[in-house]
Amino acid sequence: MSAFLNHFSYEFKSGIRNRSLLLLNYLFPLGFYAMMGLVMTAINPGFRTTMTPAMVLFAIMASTLLGLPNPLVESRLAGIYRSYKINGVPAISILTIPMLTTVVHALIASAIIALTSAPLFDGAAPANWLNFALVTLAAAFTCGSLGALIGVISRDTRSVVLWSQLIFLPSMLIGGLMVPLDILPEFIRPFSMLLPTTQAMQAYTGLAYNLSTVFDPLLSLVVLLASGLLAFLLAIYLFSWDTQNSTRRGSPLLALLVLAPAVLAIFLV
Amino acid sequence: MPGEIVLKVRDFRKLYGTFLAVDGIDFETQRGEIFGLLGLNGAGKTTTLECLEGLRQPSGGSLEILGLDPARDGRKLHNLVGVQLQSSGLPDSMTAEEAMKFMCAYHGVPQRADLLHRLGLGGHLKAQYSELSTGLQRRLALAISVAHQPEILILDEPTAGLDVESRSELHDMMQELKAGGTSILLATHDMAEAEKMTDRVAILVRGRIAATGTPHELTSTGSSYTKVSVRMEQPELFDSERVFPAVSQHMQKDDYEVYYSTDPVQTVSTILEYFRDSENNLIDLRVERLSLEERFLEITNDGGGQ
Repeated sequence: MSAFLNHFSYEFKSGIRNRSLLLLNYLFPLGFYAMMGLVMTAINPGFRTTMTPAMVLFAIMASTLLGLPNPLVESRLAGIYRSYKINGVPAISILTIPMLTTVVHALIASAIIALTSAPLFDGAAPANWLNFALVTLAAAFTCGSLGALIGVISRDTRSVVLWSQLIFLPSMLIGGLMVPLDILPEFIRPFSMLLPTTQAMQAYTGLAYNLSTVFDPLLSLVVLLASGLLAFLLAIYLFSWDTQNSTRRGSPLLALLVLAPAVLAIFLV
Repeated sequence: MPGEIVLKVRDFRKLYGTFLAVDGIDFETQRGEIFGLLGLNGAGKTTTLECLEGLRQPSGGSLEILGLDPARDGRKLHNLVGVQLQSSGLPDSMTAEEAMKFMCAYHGVPQRADLLHRLGLGGHLKAQYSELSTGLQRRLALAISVAHQPEILILDEPTAGLDVESRSELHDMMQELKAGGTSILLATHDMAEAEKMTDRVAILVRGRIAATGTPHELTSTGSSYTKVSVRMEQPELFDSERVFPAVSQHMQKDDYEVYYSTDPVQTVSTILEYFRDSENNLIDLRVERLSLEERFLEITNDGGGQ
């Protein structure tokens, strides 16, 4: 327990000490939130309806998809995991503790956004705060697991950028953050449904705001959690201690299995 | 128990693709012994150590530490073995104090701030790893490797980048650990260190053990040469091209003419005869066995043949 707490405490502090992580955990998402609150609400007043969940998801994605994978890859390349291994640090701690601390940072930024968007920018407050919190936790867990998976399968920091942006950019464009799912062209919806933000926005809309959704919000929540769980298990399975001696248990392409719940949902819907 | 074998390597082989890095080596280490693994770069030292540490899988043969297999029993071994890797790191933003606390927590022992002070890190406890000099980073790695009082300590080039004071501190610490029954496996390029610190050494040449024994055994047997060094009053009067019998190699080092002789009695008597007949005065004449470094170079230049 002492080892876990020590490790957790160090990783949490490094999320603030490390300038890149501080930027991605707080400065970038909160700055973007302030800008969107000031500019976007003036251009498009309808944005106020989805602003809170959209900006919460943005903060979660910035921390988990952009912030989490790089230190994982850099640590592996620098031989830090080798030091950890010979000192008895288990692989599961190496993955889960940075993931947990990143999720905590993301939740702190999310709480700031959720609590200030109504008073500062007239953003719509959730009708059901408990469900809002549950969907936020689910989204943070799933994005955290995806971030860990990206960190595990990426050979270097350039690959991290590729994989992270492959999820981050489409999520911004067609993941329901800026443009609601119901006004997206029909042919884009299946692609949109592959993204965790689409599932999370559907769950927020149906469960936290009690508004109508394109498909069942409970199904979205299940898909979100199933994807997160799958990503987490795949990250543990594919983890390797060092790059000089990669005896990985499976091909990194196995990571694509993470799309399975969303693909299944596309056929169900 | 003194004499107890704590580390055993039998017919150990390691292949990287088709390249045979280590080719069937055997050695063992007793409790409380400092065993040196010497070799040029690429000789297979680090590969051997990394397999013993459980970081790599052997391709053949067997490795045993305290009766356990490092590849299979890593969890059981991590509290029994201390390792200072040649290429390893800590997170850049981790402070020296945090690193000690972090690793000690995983070993389940109280943190050893005393070691940090002893190794000269007392003034750098709050410094982040990236802010420490290479020497301080190595001292921190050393402090962590011994903090849980391991039964076996594996050190890979521990004094590289260390200043004289830290090197001496490390040597004192190694002697204390040895006296307490800790066995130390030391891979080093520093022959003076190996000669001073180790009880036995093995010299690795291209993945094979070319020679093994105590430093004294290695330097007093096997070699066909004896070093004869001569210092004279007026070196300018001396013809350095002069040939003495049984000398196979001649060089000048500092103020000495150094001869490698296959028959030191013949060489020395001829040298003495020369000075008896010469106006030049002999100041110093030394007849020595080869140093470990010279013997090492002899073995490695010979491609491993003794």
